[in-house]
Amino acid sequence: MDDLIIGSHKYSSRLIIGTGGAANLEVLERALVASGTELTTVALRRADAEGGSGVLELLRRLDIQLLPNTAGCRTAAEAVLTAQLAREALDTDLVKLEVHADDRTLLPDPIETLEAAERLVADGFTVFAYTNDDPVLALRLEEAGCAAVMPLGAPIGTGLGIRNPHNIELIVARASVPVVLDAGIGTASDATLAMELGCAAVLLSTAVTRAADPERMAAAMRAAVEAGYLARGAGRVPQRFWAHASSPPR
Amino acid sequence: MEIKFNGQWREFPDDSTVIEVLDAVGASRQGVAVAVNGEVVRRGDWAAAVVPKGANFDVLTAVQGG
Repeated sequence: MDDLIIGSHKYSSRLIIGTGGAANLEVLERALVASGTELTTVALRRADAEGGSGVLELLRRLDIQLLPNTAGCRTAAEAVLTAQLAREALDTDLVKLEVHADDRTLLPDPIETLEAAERLVADGFTVFAYTNDDPVLALRLEEAGCAAVMPLGAPIGTGLGIRNPHNIELIVARASVPVVLDAGIGTASDATLAMELGCAAVLLSTAVTRAADPERMAAAMRAAVEAGYLARGAGRVPQRFWAHASSPPR
Repeated sequence: MEIKFNGQWREFPDDSTVIEVLDAVGASRQGVAVAVNGEVVRRGDWAAAVVPKGANFDVLTAVQGG
């Protein structure tokens, strides 16, 4: 695979893993290693909150870059503050911008997201913008200066796969920044489809961390992303209605 | 003076700086960020920044998250 380039950062893996949902750090470590990922998301919480210990140390030991998210934020102002705190704590300019509209759907709030993106770009951040699968909004986020746009396949944690492949294709067709399919991946074929549709990378967590065997699923996702990337580059045959013999006629 | 440290009121000496508050509670200085009254205090300013009485003082760090 060619390198994935996002902003001024370069990755040889096209699989980005979220660290949420793993039963413990040992399970997470085995899954991260099996996935081959070079970039993983973390959340920012009060330092005395549960689960605050160990993940940073683990990611540094594995030499995996941190992509702090703004999950849990409801407004642009909250997301900007969270990103600034993450930059201060983790010494990175990367941020996965997430502004959720409500707890039930965890869908991105498009208006707050766009406003936060504009402010974060102006503040020097490399913004990965989590967004609806809306081609118009994706373009607006790119115009705002986001380094990557990350349309959802389906709502976070649902494992429903890519509900609107055509919209993902529309986003890919018009975007000049990398398109990272984020959220909704359930199994390996979903990740392959994302890459076949032309996405530059896939971001997932639940599908691996909550799988019965996270390490094995991580290996599957790694292979799936590579397969989809190769297939996209190879150029699929056109779909036909009638049969077309592959053996020569008599 | 009282400061609301990570959501809980606690007593600190008057005119404590950010570093003095962190040290008083035994919080790590690495891999954390500090917000006072909802604004980031840059690491380079911790030694000089005096925390106002009654401030909301939050220390944040990375946890597992999607």
